[in-house]
Amino acid sequence: MEIDTLLRSLEATYVATAIRENESLFPWVESFHVLAITLVIGSIAIVDLRLMGLASRERAAGRVASEVLRCTWAAFALAAITGALLFSSNAFDYAHNSYFQAKLAFLVLAGINMSIFHWFVGRDIERWGIPPQATPLPARIAGAVSLVLWIGVVAFGRWVGFSLHPTPLTG
Amino acid sequence: MSQTIQSNEWIVPAVQTVHILSIAAVLSSVLMIDLRLMGFLGRDQPIARVSERFRPVIWWTLPVLLATGSVMIIGEPARSLANPVFQLKMALLVAAIIVTLSQQVPLGRNPAFWELSAGRRGAAQVVAALSLALWAGIVFAGRWIAYY
Repeated sequence: MEIDTLLRSLEATYVATAIRENESLFPWVESFHVLAITLVIGSIAIVDLRLMGLASRERAAGRVASEVLRCTWAAFALAAITGALLFSSNAFDYAHNSYFQAKLAFLVLAGINMSIFHWFVGRDIERWGIPPQATPLPARIAGAVSLVLWIGVVAFGRWVGFSLHPTPLTG
Repeated sequence: MSQTIQSNEWIVPAVQTVHILSIAAVLSSVLMIDLRLMGFLGRDQPIARVSERFRPVIWWTLPVLLATGSVMIIGEPARSLANPVFQLKMALLVAAIIVTLSQQVPLGRNPAFWELSAGRRGAAQVVAALSLALWAGIVFAGRWIAYY
């Protein structure tokens, strides 16, 4: 299959080989990946909980979002880069791992949810009124959906480690 | 108990997932407080307000981390209290808790404590940077435990 050839050649690249064969490179990249992911989900949870009206209610939702999402995007960039590096080291196995596929699917769904919020639900976020006025129902739903999807991304990510490596500890 | 955890292979990843989500809560709360202390975020609201919002998350989540961390120690024989990286992680944790308290305790006495003078503002930035470095170090050590 075309895509398998592509995955194999990705594994054969210099960077992928280095990460796979150097004993400490994988855990280093992995550490940055975990750090980035905790910051992505933690910061996005702050926004989600505000959208749901459960926290930071004294602050306008638009202000919370614009401020915190800067951290989210910075952390997401780091997570994506380190994630791509980890993926390259064992591209074929990752791509054929169902937990990894589920993680990517949830990531895509989170992206779709965010786009819908950005273009429709939250377009008038600056005019939602003075806190602690409740956020509109669609915004509360978007926050809850986002939270569930990101928790799924973390859970599936953890299961990838346990289903891919021979020893549970490296998971 | 150790056997129960090992024979149910979903337990360890499930507990690890809760552990990571809890770390996400603590780390992001620390980040919000530290970025405010450094003057990068939320300068329209007082330091004390930001601290009030995120401080409870840090202290209420730590017991969850302790509980899930204990399950991981019990459930995986290779993860042990004797692991040097685990010991480093615990040392970093103690240091991080001390630094975090040193940020918050003065705010309890005087909400404007870190804004009173240029010297205090400078000190707040240094302590905030130290706090971020320590908490990030804990995450790194946590991942490296698995490799020792």
